[in-house]
Amino acid sequence: MDLTYTAEETAFREEVRAFLAEHLPRDLSEKVRLGRPLSKQDHEAWHSILNGRGWLAGNWPKAFGGAEWTATERHIFEEETTRAHAPRIVPFGLTMLGPVLQHFGTKAQQEHFLPRILNGEHWWCQGYSEPGAGSDLASLKTRAVRDGDDYVVTGQKTWTTLGQYANWIFCLVRTDPTAKAQEGISFLLIDMASPGVTVRPIVLLDGGAEVNEVFFHDVRVPVANLVGEENKGWTYAKFLLTHERTNIAGIGFSNAGLETLKRIAHAERDGAGRLIDNPLFAARLARVEIDLMALSTTNLRILSAAARGQAPGADSSMLKVKGTVIRQEINDLTRRALGPMALPFVSEGLEGANDGIAPDYARPVTAQYFNNRKLSIFGGSNEVQRSIIAKQVLGL
Amino acid sequence: MNFTLTEDRQMMQDSLRRFLTDRYSAERRGALIAAEAGFDRDIWRDLADLGAVAALFGEDQGGFGGAGFDIALVFEELGRAGALEPMMEALIAGGLLAEMGHGDLVARIIAGELIVTLAYLEPDGRYDLSPRTTRLTEDRLSGHKSLVGHAEAADLFLVTALGPEGVTLALVPRGADGLSLTAYPTADGMRAAELRLDATPANTLLTGALPLLERHIARATLACMADTLGAMETAMALTITHLKTRQQFGRPLGKFQVLQHRMADLAIELEQARSAVINAAGQLGTNQEARHISAAKNLMGRTARLMAEEAIQLHGGIGMTAEYALAHFAKRMVMADHKFGDEDHHLARFIALSAT
Repeated sequence: MDLTYTAEETAFREEVRAFLAEHLPRDLSEKVRLGRPLSKQDHEAWHSILNGRGWLAGNWPKAFGGAEWTATERHIFEEETTRAHAPRIVPFGLTMLGPVLQHFGTKAQQEHFLPRILNGEHWWCQGYSEPGAGSDLASLKTRAVRDGDDYVVTGQKTWTTLGQYANWIFCLVRTDPTAKAQEGISFLLIDMASPGVTVRPIVLLDGGAEVNEVFFHDVRVPVANLVGEENKGWTYAKFLLTHERTNIAGIGFSNAGLETLKRIAHAERDGAGRLIDNPLFAARLARVEIDLMALSTTNLRILSAAARGQAPGADSSMLKVKGTVIRQEINDLTRRALGPMALPFVSEGLEGANDGIAPDYARPVTAQYFNNRKLSIFGGSNEVQRSIIAKQVLGL
Repeated sequence: MNFTLTEDRQMMQDSLRRFLTDRYSAERRGALIAAEAGFDRDIWRDLADLGAVAALFGEDQGGFGGAGFDIALVFEELGRAGALEPMMEALIAGGLLAEMGHGDLVARIIAGELIVTLAYLEPDGRYDLSPRTTRLTEDRLSGHKSLVGHAEAADLFLVTALGPEGVTLALVPRGADGLSLTAYPTADGMRAAELRLDATPANTLLTGALPLLERHIARATLACMADTLGAMETAMALTITHLKTRQQFGRPLGKFQVLQHRMADLAIELEQARSAVINAAGQLGTNQEARHISAAKNLMGRTARLMAEEAIQLHGGIGMTAEYALAHFAKRMVMADHKFGDEDHHLARFIALSAT
């Protein structure tokens, strides 16, 4: 047991810090710092900068163009990029699909798709949930029927995050309607420019439209775009979800959120003093910081175990639950910190419309609080995660 | 002790509930929120015709109610329906005007003909009732008031300011010289504005106004809590319906024990909220008023957050969508914590009041 960083790790941190100081564009970090929405071009620009340094795919093996970082190195990278207010890496291609293709894809699929994830030619989105298949994902109904060298896909996906930017979607589809729920599912890669694909935005309670419905009407998908074996898609989906969950503790988001919260609590007046001096508020803030300090170590413990060859299994469900609870608590404290100034709700579309209404830092807070209620719902709801912990970790 | 409504109040509750159920749907509310006006003038006049505004005022003020239970009853129904009309403005400004002897204006407020709004918050003032920077000098007002409710629709502004004789209430008509508004929607679907005054001519109504202001903010706090209670009831009902109908893993979600227990906890908290509002309503105007208002507002802050977050969580993704009715009620009950002092503000106030 040793909580200090090695000389190599410290040197890596310095290297990341220096790179960010030189290459992270100021306009991007300002947007992130102020909680402004990032455009597709913003994301692409940042991906391109990281890719140029070979740091876009920290989790990928070097053979596929990744950096092949250790869990600690990834942690350092996340800490430093968060501290510098760098945009997050869009996870769909890099964190989710990439590892699936590396483990289960054909050589042709790896050679075609992986470089296009890195160079930004393909923006992926995830076609898992359906209107009738949420927590019970295995009840999904989107059909793929074999017809010569194609599958013909018909059905609907929903909650497709940033689907409006995507040109490719990886989908779970039902290829055998007679099999038991989990056994008739396949994993398909679908070009969203195919005839019969329609994307419709869903407006969320915070006013944003980051998620979409994706409709498939007789969409022809080459059989070459099947990942792994037909009817084995559920195995790949579970593999993907555990990989998704290794990042889902969201330590970086929480650290950044806590920093913003402290800044606001220092700036906000309360009675004759500052909000940070209010003992009730200070206690709330301290409690969540204490939780985050512990979770940060839980996160590293679980990820290091995973790196030693133990697959990140049900333990990562703990990271999902606690990580999202902490992020949501920070969002909650931030809205509280604003007092009455949490109320004005000025559309992001009206740049500058907020002038003279509330401090700049107030603008995204209430929307973020409501938007991040999603954290405990998506990627397998926290209820589903708790069931996994009970069954697979505790044997209940 | 008697916890049943009087016959008159029961009739008012029934007719308000019928009327608002008939007039408000998620689509209608969404359309009103998206429109500039932010509420429906016809619904507002009809509410006045039903006596919903008159119920907030005593008989000597031209109404037929005015007690804590009358206020709670009306606002619970508005919250339950997710109504957007300027009832809170009528309660506060109307109540202040009535006590300052402006019966002519009050009669027009009760009739739904006149909208007067109180401008008392200031930027950086958090939940302070006292004006800090707005000044009244030689019958002219200068300063910046925040979060003035339904300001665009208001005919008159009742403004708090520091005058030569302390906290002063002054009246300013819309369109007065040096008056400007920056209007915006609020997260709970209402409309508000920043009000800027630059040597605006004003009619001083009262000096040494802080005790009166405190009394009427207490009434408004009760109204806000009753509104939240109503919104909680609707969120609860929507969630029960969802759990009964949404099928996952081959059965309705409501058959999962873990979800049943969470709903049972919400049901318990909802009754706690109802009792806290009853406590506050019953103590309005007594020497225990402040302590009970703070107790209730703290409890409402906690239970409303729980209800909003659990209702969204138990709905899953659909609970996150703007189109579905829950979104409005969840935002309404969480944002209530940002009005008239939040959970911590009232916890500290309760502790201070309990020590004396």
